[in-house]
Amino acid sequence: MIEPNRQGEVWVFAEQEDATLNDVSLELCAKARELADTLGVKVGAALPGWNVRELSYRLIAHGVDRVYCVQDARLEQYRTLPYARALCALIARHRPQILLFGATALGRDLAPRVASEMRAGLTADCTDLQIGDYTDPRTKIRHEKLLLQVRPAFGGNIIATIINYDRWPQMATVREGVMALRDGDPRRGGEIIEEAVPLSEAELAVRVIERHREARKVNLKAARIIVAGGGGVGSRENFALIHELASAIGGAVGASRAAVDAGFIGKEHQIGQTGTTVRPALYIACGISGQVQHRAGMEESAKIIAINRDREAPIFGVAHYGIVGDLRQVIPMMIRAIRERAR
Amino acid sequence: MGYDCIVCVKQVPDTANITGEAMKEDGTVNRAALPAIFNPEDLNALEAALEIRDRYGGTVTAVCMGPPAASEVLRACLYRGADRVILLTDRRAAASDTLATSYILSRAIRTLGRFDFVFCGRQAIDGDTAQVGPQLAEKLGIPQVTYFESLVDLSGRSARLRRNVGNGWEVLETPLPVLVTVLESANTPRPAGARRVMRYKRARSPAEVIAAVKAEMPEASEETCEREVGRRVEHLRMAGLLIDQWDLDDIQADLAWCGLAGSPTKVYRVQSIVLKKEGYTEIPPTEEGVRRLIHELIVDHTLG
Ligand SMILES: Cc1cc2nc3c(=O)[nH]c(=O)nc-3n(C[C@H](O)[C@H](O)[C@H](O)COP(=O)(O)OP(=O)(O)OC[C@H]3O[C@@H](n4cnc5c(N)ncnc54)[C@H](O)[C@@H]3O)c2cc1C
Repeated sequence: MIEPNRQGEVWVFAEQEDATLNDVSLELCAKARELADTLGVKVGAALPGWNVRELSYRLIAHGVDRVYCVQDARLEQYRTLPYARALCALIARHRPQILLFGATALGRDLAPRVASEMRAGLTADCTDLQIGDYTDPRTKIRHEKLLLQVRPAFGGNIIATIINYDRWPQMATVREGVMALRDGDPRRGGEIIEEAVPLSEAELAVRVIERHREARKVNLKAARIIVAGGGGVGSRENFALIHELASAIGGAVGASRAAVDAGFIGKEHQIGQTGTTVRPALYIACGISGQVQHRAGMEESAKIIAINRDREAPIFGVAHYGIVGDLRQVIPMMIRAIRERAR
Repeated sequence: MGYDCIVCVKQVPDTANITGEAMKEDGTVNRAALPAIFNPEDLNALEAALEIRDRYGGTVTAVCMGPPAASEVLRACLYRGADRVILLTDRRAAASDTLATSYILSRAIRTLGRFDFVFCGRQAIDGDTAQVGPQLAEKLGIPQVTYFESLVDLSGRSARLRRNVGNGWEVLETPLPVLVTVLESANTPRPAGARRVMRYKRARSPAEVIAAVKAEMPEASEETCEREVGRRVEHLRMAGLLIDQWDLDDIQADLAWCGLAGSPTKVYRVQSIVLKKEGYTEIPPTEEGVRRLIHELIVDHTLG
């Protein structure tokens, strides 16, 4: 645990695998930049790994001022304990006031281990981060410029704002795609600081025996347009309509959990709380009721069109354009309208 | 021989089915109005432990931190084959965040003494944080293997475990003791055994006995109540139906690390989700309406 220190930097854990940065870390760099500018401090990135120095330039381009690079052959593959050791050592040395992780499988394994060792607070899966003041209603003590950590709780039925005013760093994880990925500026300048962290025998006791990675087949996060089908599509055969509209409009195919559970399409297409979070320029929801778990993954889309035959469906609450009607009629109309324009 | 497994289980409100009635005036969720269930992935954690015991011998002990009513999930553990169950209950533990919770659980596990595995569900559905497992491992000073899917090998003091990391999987070799968090896809939890249900359905924790006596004898003096509680608890103990119950003193917990005081994260504000009521442009479901919509999207550069 470190004491609150107002000069502390805002840090991002730079997650990489096979010396490739995870996009979520770059999304966080942009957010960290914003927070640091509000606080008037620098942005740091903690980058443990092996042969990863090159990645520093991308981090700097995305808003980082100082990259703390811990290069060690024993950090080549992610393992919880040595990575946690590296981070805890860096925190103790440089005392950042905020530390952000991507809420990836790796981030959610590492962040709590680090928070526990630092005896610091950690908030999982934040959907928004801000700087704000807080007055304790009991003690009347005012805490200025805290990290406000906003997250859904109770299966997405409430939104809680969490703070941590005494045991720092203030730590949070953020899901992929929740913060916008900005273009980097390759001319930005920054420092790269090489750090050494001793690792003990016990910290290296767990070994990776076998490792297998699959390339992500469906890239929903990168899609500018997504056409998503839900339980209302009715059958696997009808789901062809969704594919057709997507190909006519040049978009990717998404789905609600009801559609995935019914076997209309694979789980890798699922959007929502337990699927992918997306923020495309256009989201077309077809036969999707719009339960909170689904909305959590798509409501940040720039434009939302909802097609549903139930006027009361909650999806209309987040839609910009609503078509109350049967998707089996409306989708072919859309396909025709698009093909007409293309001619 | 064999392996001693500890399983941490939690009783949670069924968040999948929250209705308007479950919200309080201040926007917080009224947990009492929701049905309480066995946290789904904790059942997978229990199953993983039972499978190890069934195959290699050893014991399975389930620990549950919660209010007296959480004894219900401990009975569910007994029905499925747990050898021993412990209820950790103490008002001073209320409002613990994940860090304080993991500290309290670590004290309970140390009080139990020797163990080879600690199993937790990956996450609990009321918070979805997945933090308690890794934090508990750190407090115990042992390695962690998260997202466990299957046991590849177990011999002597070392285990090979396969974990699912979403975009792939890996097999880790870890020394024991180790803490493992279990995914829903790891196994199919066994149902309650009919014989064990018959045997353990009357198992009770002392806190439940106290509540029952108070409800049955509202007029009785404190002394009478106490005597009746003592009598029933003794009776349960003789029958092997007493659920062990510990408070923070029993596990020698440092109160500075428990409850609100021990929780670095504080709730600043809670809002219930309200749908944006901004309204939307309604497009009639006709060829003409749809054509206009597509036109509008091209004009504002959403398409094209
Ligand atoms: C912990 C948890 C996590 C979850 N995670 C996710 C998640 O990540 N993603 C997700 O999507 N869900 C998730 N869910 C499930 C979610 O609660 C809903 O059950 C699900 O989103 C419903 O999908 P749906 O709206 O497509 O299906 P349904 O509820 O079946 O709704 C179908 C809709 O289609 C309309 N419809 C029917 N026929 C037609 C037609 N011919 N033309 C036009 N409209 C029609 C109906 O009016 C209805 O609104 C989760 C649930 C839980 C409890």
